[in-house]
Parts: sequence; C-alpha cells; structure tokens
Amino acid sequence: MGMKARTFRRHVKESFKSLFRNSWMTIASVSSVTVTLLLVGVFFVIMMNLNSVATSIEKNVEIRVHIDVAANDQDKELLKQEIEKIPLVGSIEYSPKEEELTSLIDSFGDEGEAFKLVEQENPLKDVFVVKTKNPDDTMKAAKEIEQLNYVSSVKYGQGTVESLFKFIDISRNVGLILIIGLLFTAMFLISNTIKITIMARKREIEIMRLVGATNSFIRWPFFLEGLWLGILGAIIPIAVVSAAYYYLFDLIQSKLVDNNFIHLLDFNPFVYQLSAILIIMGAAIGIWGSLMSVRKFLKV
Amino acid sequence: MIEMKDVYKKYPNGVTAANGINVNIDAGEFVYVVGPSGAGKSTFIKMMYREEKATKGTITVNGINLATLKNKHVPIFRRNIGVVFQDFKLLNSMTVYDNVAFAMEVIEEQPNVIRKRVLETLDLVGLKHKARMLPTELSGGEQQRVSIARSIVNSPKVVIADEPTGNLDPDTSWGIMKIFEEINLRGTTIVMATHNKDIVNGIKHRVIAVEGGKIARDQQKGEYGYEG
Repeated sequence: MGMKARTFRRHVKESFKSLFRNSWMTIASVSSVTVTLLLVGVFFVIMMNLNSVATSIEKNVEIRVHIDVAANDQDKELLKQEIEKIPLVGSIEYSPKEEELTSLIDSFGDEGEAFKLVEQENPLKDVFVVKTKNPDDTMKAAKEIEQLNYVSSVKYGQGTVESLFKFIDISRNVGLILIIGLLFTAMFLISNTIKITIMARKREIEIMRLVGATNSFIRWPFFLEGLWLGILGAIIPIAVVSAAYYYLFDLIQSKLVDNNFIHLLDFNPFVYQLSAILIIMGAAIGIWGSLMSVRKFLKV
Repeated sequence: MIEMKDVYKKYPNGVTAANGINVNIDAGEFVYVVGPSGAGKSTFIKMMYREEKATKGTITVNGINLATLKNKHVPIFRRNIGVVFQDFKLLNSMTVYDNVAFAMEVIEEQPNVIRKRVLETLDLVGLKHKARMLPTELSGGEQQRVSIARSIVNSPKVVIADEPTGNLDPDTSWGIMKIFEEINLRGTTIVMATHNKDIVNGIKHRVIAVEGGKIARDQQKGEYGYEG
C-alpha cells in the first residue's frame, strides 16, 4: 500500500541478494518445487483429459432399443410413448434401419464398400435411440425398456461406462492426496530456506526493529524471495509439460482420429491454462513457505 | 517523558525483574541507572523501548501508553527512541556511512534527507572522515560512536543506552561520554545503564539505583554508590 518505488526496488534487490547468498538452499527448494509441479503438471494433463473423455462419453451414453421386425407403425408409436413415460428418459429419437446401415457402412470407411451389396436386403432393425436425463441411470432405464412389447433387444455400454467412471474417480483422489503431500514438502523446504536466510540476517532484522522499521517492511524481501523460489521452480515443469504435450498430442490424436469419444484437449488454450496454474501454484507455495518462517521472527 | 507507575515484570520462568517500580523522568534529563548485575536494570531499560512488556502497571513514554500500545504500532513508537548497546550491534558488511543511513532507509526517508542527516551526524560523533570504512577497520570506541550516530540520526526524543562503555577502556569511555553530553545538551533525554563508577561520580547526573526489581535510590547529582 502506497509503497514507494525506491523502497520496492530495495526489497527486490535484497531478495535477490539472499537467493544468491544461500545458493545451495535456493537450489534445494527450487528443485523440490520443480519436482512437485512436474508431478502436478503430469497429473493435471492426465486428469483433465480423462475428465474431458468422461464428459464426452457421458454425453454419448445412449440406449439403443432394437425394435422387433413384427412391429407396425402403430406399434412403434405406442412403444415410443411407453418409453417416454419412463421418468428417467430424457430424449428419444427414431432411426430407421436404412439410416442404421448407412452409418454402419460409414463407420468402416473404405472397407465399408463391401457392405453396399447388402443394401438391398438390409439385415438391421429399426432403432429408438434413447438418452437418459442422468447418465448414471442408463442401466436402470435400459432394464425397464427391455420389459416393453416389441423390444427385440436393448444395447448400451453395459459395465464399461460404470467402471470407467469409477476408475476416474479413484485416480483423481489418489492423485490429489499425492499432490497435497508434495505441496507440503515443497512448502516445508522453502520455509526452511527462508529460515536460514533470516538467521543470516538476524542482526539486520534486530536493528531494523530497533530503529522502527515496520513489520511489513522487514517481511517484504523474504516474501519476494519465497515468490522467486516458487516461480523459478515452475519454469522447468512448464517447459517439460508443454513440450511433452505438444509431441504426445500429435502422436495420440492421430491414432484416435476415428474415435468419436476420445478427444484430447487442444494444446491451445489447455497448455497455457496449465502453465498459469503451475506458476500460480509455485508462487503460492513460495509465499506461504516464506510467510510461515518469517512470522515467528516478527513477534514483538 | 518517561513515567512508570506500579510496574511489575515477571518472566515466564518465574523470575521477578520488576517489583513495583515508580519513576518519572522529564524531557531533557540525563539519568544513570545503576545497580548490581541481575538486579533488574536491563529489564527496567528494556521496558522503556517496549522490548519487554510490563506484566502489571502503566508505562508512558513520549505520551504513549506502552501497556495498550498495539504490536503493529511499536515500530512507529521506536522511531522516537534511540538505543545504544554494549556490543554496538553494527552490520560488518556495510560501511560506517551505510550503517547510519540504514536506520533512515528502513523508515523510508528521502535520499537527499538521508545524505544530509547522516553526514551531519557522523560529523557530530567525529567520524565523518571514516564514513567509507567498514566497522571492522575501526577501534571499539569508534564503533560505539557509529552506533550512537545510528541511534540519533532519526532525531529521537530519548536515547537509551545499555552499558555503552562496558567494552571500552577508560580514555575511550570519556570520549563516548562527551558525545552523550553533547546530545543531551541539544535537548535529548538520556537514560544510561552503567557499571562505570568513575563516570557516574565524575560527570554528575541523576542516579537511579535498581535493586531486587525496585528503585532503591533516586537522587539528583547522585553517586555511584557501589564498590568497584
């Protein structure tokens, strides 16, 4: 608040001086922040992508109700109304067997040409594509639909959807615990570095307090030192994660190109957002660590 | 200027260093604080610049009640008090000039004001010509003069000195005393704890003797009153 530019320059200068004076501790705490943020970065990349895959799968979970060939138009209309009556159901769409065949052929790409022959005698059935309001209710809704008349069979991602969601949930929790542990370790190391810095400047602080320097004046250089340690620690993780994502993105995406469900998050803006998160986390660890260690020394 | 009323100080380890102190020091006074080691002299002095807080009683310095002074306001309060120690407390990595300027920099004075005041003050203590030297290149007496310069550079109303001649030989001590006399003549209140019998008996001022955490004696133009 209202700090003079001259004073601020002084604090910045002091903070850099002590970074160099305690170079070994500086390297130690920067390294620990680096390791932490590297793991945080990798974890984020995996989690955010898994999340986006999960969301797109969630959105695409559908129940395909194959209609018995014996059903006439009126029967179909009746069945449609029955399905709509189920409270869990969100939407229903009719897809005649001709459409089903076209999309099947398309999904095979060039090889699908072979199927063109059977176009005259379409072996497929007409289908109702049903989506539930909540993806979690897919199985329940499917079971109910199965009971209805003129339903030949009901298909949905039996089992796989549920276990995918469970897997994502578990890995998210494990990752979070791991990261919190690492964050604390990094903070602890930073706070120790700053403590050593403070010890080296104990007399200086004592004199500052004696001649009436305010606590915030005394605190600033240490605050900045913590900040630099955190930001320095974020540089390597950002570089590594960005580069890795850049190359892996091309590699993985090219293999997944035909898959509707799995889309990696685009490099831009994802990597920029991630970099911002890593820098903010580094800064937060650094500031927290430094404030923890200065606090004790400034009790009047 | 400095007023203590029924002041008690009990440390967490059970030691009672102040046991009902009543004292009044006026602006411009020069006061010696004497007494045996461990009698509560240091605590008495430390309470005046709020290094120690009284357990009971009121202490008023410069019109500020230290009992109710918030921690965050202590720095501002300290700017009106200069403190000098037996061991100088100089920063050996800084020049004489920077050591004195430091006290003004940390309270964010203007650079041109700092320059002017530091040189004036170094002149007052007779060290202007050694401004660029490091403390380690000076004698003990000179180092103490730097420390005095630092304590008065912000023009405090009170200077509190804890055994300022404790580490110095007699000749040098007289030189230091001359500076304190000079500062006092300019209107600054001086409170000095000392064991130096020759000085107390040689330059007559008010003497407050502290014994067992109490004021045992308080006399104008007093005597040291202890052996050796």
